[in-house]
Amino acid sequence: MRLSKSWTVAAKDLRIFKKKKVIVYSIVFFQIIVSVGLPLIIKVAESRSNSVRAAALPQVLDSFSFWYVIGSSILPLSLASYSLIGEKVQKSLEPLLATPTTDEEILAGKSIAAALPGLAATYLGATLFMVLMDRITHAKLGYLYYPNWNMAVILLVLTPLTIIYSIGVNILISSRSNDVRSAQQLGALMVLPLGLIYVLSETRVISLSVTNLLIIAAILAAADVAAFILAKAAFQREEILTRWK
Amino acid sequence: MIEVNNLSKVFGRVTAVDNVSFNVAKGEIFGFLGPNGAGKTTTIRMLCCLISKSGGEARIAGLNTSDAADSLQIRKLIGLVPDNVGLYEELSASDNLDFYGKLYECPADRRKENIETYLKMMGLWEKRDQPAGDFSKGMKQKLALARALVHDPGLLFLDEPTANLDPEAARLVRNLILELKQQGKTIFLNTHDLDEAQRICDRIGILSTKLLAINTPEELTSSVPGGKTVIQLERIDEAMLNALKKLKPPNFSIEENRFLIDVADPQKENPEYVRALVAAGGNVQFVTRSNPDLEEAYLKIVRDNR
Repeated sequence: MRLSKSWTVAAKDLRIFKKKKVIVYSIVFFQIIVSVGLPLIIKVAESRSNSVRAAALPQVLDSFSFWYVIGSSILPLSLASYSLIGEKVQKSLEPLLATPTTDEEILAGKSIAAALPGLAATYLGATLFMVLMDRITHAKLGYLYYPNWNMAVILLVLTPLTIIYSIGVNILISSRSNDVRSAQQLGALMVLPLGLIYVLSETRVISLSVTNLLIIAAILAAADVAAFILAKAAFQREEILTRWK
Repeated sequence: MIEVNNLSKVFGRVTAVDNVSFNVAKGEIFGFLGPNGAGKTTTIRMLCCLISKSGGEARIAGLNTSDAADSLQIRKLIGLVPDNVGLYEELSASDNLDFYGKLYECPADRRKENIETYLKMMGLWEKRDQPAGDFSKGMKQKLALARALVHDPGLLFLDEPTANLDPEAARLVRNLILELKQQGKTIFLNTHDLDEAQRICDRIGILSTKLLAINTPEELTSSVPGGKTVIQLERIDEAMLNALKKLKPPNFSIEENRFLIDVADPQKENPEYVRALVAAGGNVQFVTRSNPDLEEAYLKIVRDNR
């Protein structure tokens, strides 16, 4: 596989994304809501009743950090949908597939394009989140909570694995859909298990310790392999030209 | 340039292309005519290594379309304009070509030169920075043609390149195709437009799942029996009409002062018609033969093979 070809495809997709304001706004708004909104919740709760106990804060912050895993499953959805369904709607897959580029190179290019903005936005947003949270919680905790190992596992292991899973699932959905919105809505269903983990951690049924995060990472890695195999099977030129609806 | 032997494609229980064999020489414009669903696009897709074949063999410049390594080489040698042009509407004309030039591994300096050459050739150079989405249908078609040429392929596959274009844009595209032929390019053209095929193709294949006929446009039309004899008279009256009817021609019509008579054997029948008309007082000005045009030939060939 020639990465230069994949990068050419990815660069073209990134250029198109930049021109689609709805994509840019969806990425920026999500990060603002999570990275600024969550620290604000702590700030408001603290200033109103001073009721946030220092002992309870780490669990709350760990649960909040998990939003970046949820976010990395959502952000590539719109990008992957636009990337593939956009090509289907514009009927540009046929001339693209007629070039001396392999299916794997095109698939890798599309995956890179769908992954990069989400990854960059997640890392920037998480940095802002950590700085704001530290400022707000430092006095109460007496130490800087971030960065920590939990966040490191979330950002360096879980985020890329979730993005890969999200893209794999979206390729499968896009192969059967002609509408970006319906593809996004279907793709959003994959957030449910991650949302469940978040709810369980907020309700203290499970703790998002490093060990538990690594267990989630192992499950996601297995799901990635399955999604990748299925996506690769769906992304065959003959399949695309004769069966994709 | 193209060698096709017993090529077939089956989708489930449906045979899309059935044992098709033909060759296309270098520098030739080869036209594929056929009704909707005849297998024209499927054939192009097999030749462009986009879909696999179910049987037979196809070679492009000696390379086997079924071989994975050969197929990458073949795709470097060809340019494709599919029936849906499939441009990136958000990107400018120039960026569309640059993207494809990179994928076709065209070196940067040659890519830049070719983008300028072909955009100028298509009359789009002044609009090179405009998004393709702002272009008219004709401009998009020309841009798609430029995209297929950006890596200087020797062989072009054009799938309905003038469909949905207004007559002026269609003529422009046809002239461009002829210009490309003059540059030595081989052109494989799928078309519904019989007039277009007759005017620009060196040879035509008529496909309806099977290849029904293949020849030059002239040979195809002359090979179809059922031409008409045109007899022009100074004037036509009742007596001449009755005289003609007595000879019981299978079909005839009158256009102004001309009889158009369906004739199976002109050498035997024409003198009889002329004698009868003269005997009825007709003043024959000239007798000529009207061969069926490509449309008649095409319709007859397709009908006969149903």
